[in-house]
Amino acid sequence: MEKMNKPLTKNIRPDRAFATLADYESTGGYQGLRKAITGLQPKDVQQWVKDAGLRGRGGSGFNAGLKWSLVPMDANVPQTRYLIANADEMEPGTFKDRMLMEQDPHQLIEGMIIAAYAIQANTAYIFLRGEYHLARRRLAYALLEARSKGYLGEQVLNSAFSMEIVLHTSAGRYICGEETALLNALEGKRATPRAKPPFPLVTGLWGKPTIVNNVETLCNVPHILHYGVEWYQGLGRGVDKGTKLFGASGRVKYPGLWELPMGIPIREVIEKYAGGMRDGYKLRGFLPGGASTDFLLPEHLDVVLDYEAVAKAGSRLGTGTIIVLDDQTCPVQMVLNLEQFFAQESCGWCTPCRDGLPWTVTLLKDILAGKGRIEDLDTLAGLTRMLAPGNTFCALAPGAMEPLQSALKYFRDDFERYIVGSHAIMEPA
Amino acid sequence: MKKQVFEGLSPAEIKEINAETSHYEDKAAVSIEALKIVQKYRRWVSDDCLIAVAELLDISPTQLEAVATFYNLIYRQPVGKTVIHYCNSVTCWMLGSDQIQERLCRHLNVGLGEMSTDGEYTILPIVCLGACDHAPVAMVGDELRLDLTENAVNEIFGR
Ligand SMILES: Cc1cc2nc3c(=O)[nH]c(=O)nc-3n(C[C@H](O)[C@H](O)[C@H](O)COP(=O)(O)O)c2cc1C
Ligand code: SF4
Ligand code: FES
Repeated sequence: MEKMNKPLTKNIRPDRAFATLADYESTGGYQGLRKAITGLQPKDVQQWVKDAGLRGRGGSGFNAGLKWSLVPMDANVPQTRYLIANADEMEPGTFKDRMLMEQDPHQLIEGMIIAAYAIQANTAYIFLRGEYHLARRRLAYALLEARSKGYLGEQVLNSAFSMEIVLHTSAGRYICGEETALLNALEGKRATPRAKPPFPLVTGLWGKPTIVNNVETLCNVPHILHYGVEWYQGLGRGVDKGTKLFGASGRVKYPGLWELPMGIPIREVIEKYAGGMRDGYKLRGFLPGGASTDFLLPEHLDVVLDYEAVAKAGSRLGTGTIIVLDDQTCPVQMVLNLEQFFAQESCGWCTPCRDGLPWTVTLLKDILAGKGRIEDLDTLAGLTRMLAPGNTFCALAPGAMEPLQSALKYFRDDFERYIVGSHAIMEPA
Repeated sequence: MKKQVFEGLSPAEIKEINAETSHYEDKAAVSIEALKIVQKYRRWVSDDCLIAVAELLDISPTQLEAVATFYNLIYRQPVGKTVIHYCNSVTCWMLGSDQIQERLCRHLNVGLGEMSTDGEYTILPIVCLGACDHAPVAMVGDELRLDLTENAVNEIFGR
């Protein structure tokens, strides 16, 4: 029972080998599915997951069961529905879904079958990032195993419910992770986002109601069904429920990924699990949940990792993987690296993002080259407003502005140093 | 190099592409898979191949080109037998990906995107490979190489 407080990683072994079907079953695997399919109505499954308080782990934090309950399911609507596991993990600094898929593929598969049952979808897709070759091989193998044991295919566990899972591998483009762009990508179109509304859960893949959930979100589902709502709620330390994969990368002593209760203080992740900073380096700040979250400072170390708590501190929980900024890395250069990523990955569909991100990059490069003027900082601040939520077609551009706006706030001196410095150089000796 | 005449997609390619279509509501949906199948056999997607795939899927070459050029992993120019994708996203950058790129390019005497003279390698940047706890990293062919150091050349090309 010792491992019961780590449901997501209980099968994950240090040697990076993967849990086969037999391994997975030996620790309670597919019991949640059995319970759902033999004893619960789809609506009950939705309710369990909603009551458990499982919030989307792909960045949005939307209650998964609540999302499922909004799918039209009456007898008089079209009966084709789809479920999609969003496995496009490409946000810089994020490395959690890869581990889940490579080392315990059945956990995702079971979560998908239960989710598909809950919305009565007979086809599900895993939208896997093209670079994740090992995950592809292991998932493909696990899908065969699951089919051969009757967990997938016609009449799952001899019930009236049939379903198939198709493994789709993408070809590398960050925007495909945005759920409506993902739908276009899956239909073989250029992956630009779609207007919302209509939301995918009403009009999604090929116009059919479609639920898109993150890999980690789906991996939580089997345990909620197997061990129950109360047990799941008991896992969180703060307001939010359950456990989550939290990680740290950068110049910490032991970069890594750990399954920890929601609501754990950031300090504990960085100091206890990641072992604090490497010798000779000091903590300057961090992005708490991937490249598209606002910087926080050492003074925020006692903020707890709950969705609202991190938002109140001025950032987002995001993907839960912390990128650490040390005192010997220039925050302006770091922001340039981030903005280059976003500018490159912009799909080019809407003007503010298509033009605004390259402009941001140019300004940052000029500043770093000593060619910046103090007004450029106002221009950059103006761009963060121009690309704010609501002004662009999707959340890529606003996400890109988060590290920039917070860097301008917290590290303004570093920006000014390049500017003042350049003036000093030009002064006659 | 002698110019190869395009003789159409091979039976194996056509078979694999057609097998994929059963998983989707329409044929256009297999565009990316089809391009990747072609690439598996030919390393890159030439104009001739693109047109042949478009015909097979009943879509216009322009539509397929719009898809092909959208993705980082579809090559519309010849690449080496093994493509080395080094991660240049934030954590790897912080821990030295620029130097790694320089060392690899110098070792092969190529610029980014060029093929080494023996046709073996091409070096390209790639976004975060989801292994930031082992930064800096690269993907050599299908394989991740973690925790690269200043000996990246040895670590990647063997001793
Ligand atoms: C530019 C962009 C990229 C995204 N990439 C991913 C991704 O790789 N994986 C993911 O699960 N969600 C990603 N999302 C969020 C999805 O749009 C969607 O909210 C999520 O898959 C829903 O799953 P959840 O409710 O289980 O979190 C991205 C969003 C944006 C705007
Ligand atoms: S915000 Fe950027 S990525 Fe999103 S639709 Fe507009 S151009 Fe495309
Ligand atoms: S930043 Fe290089 S693997 Fe994530």
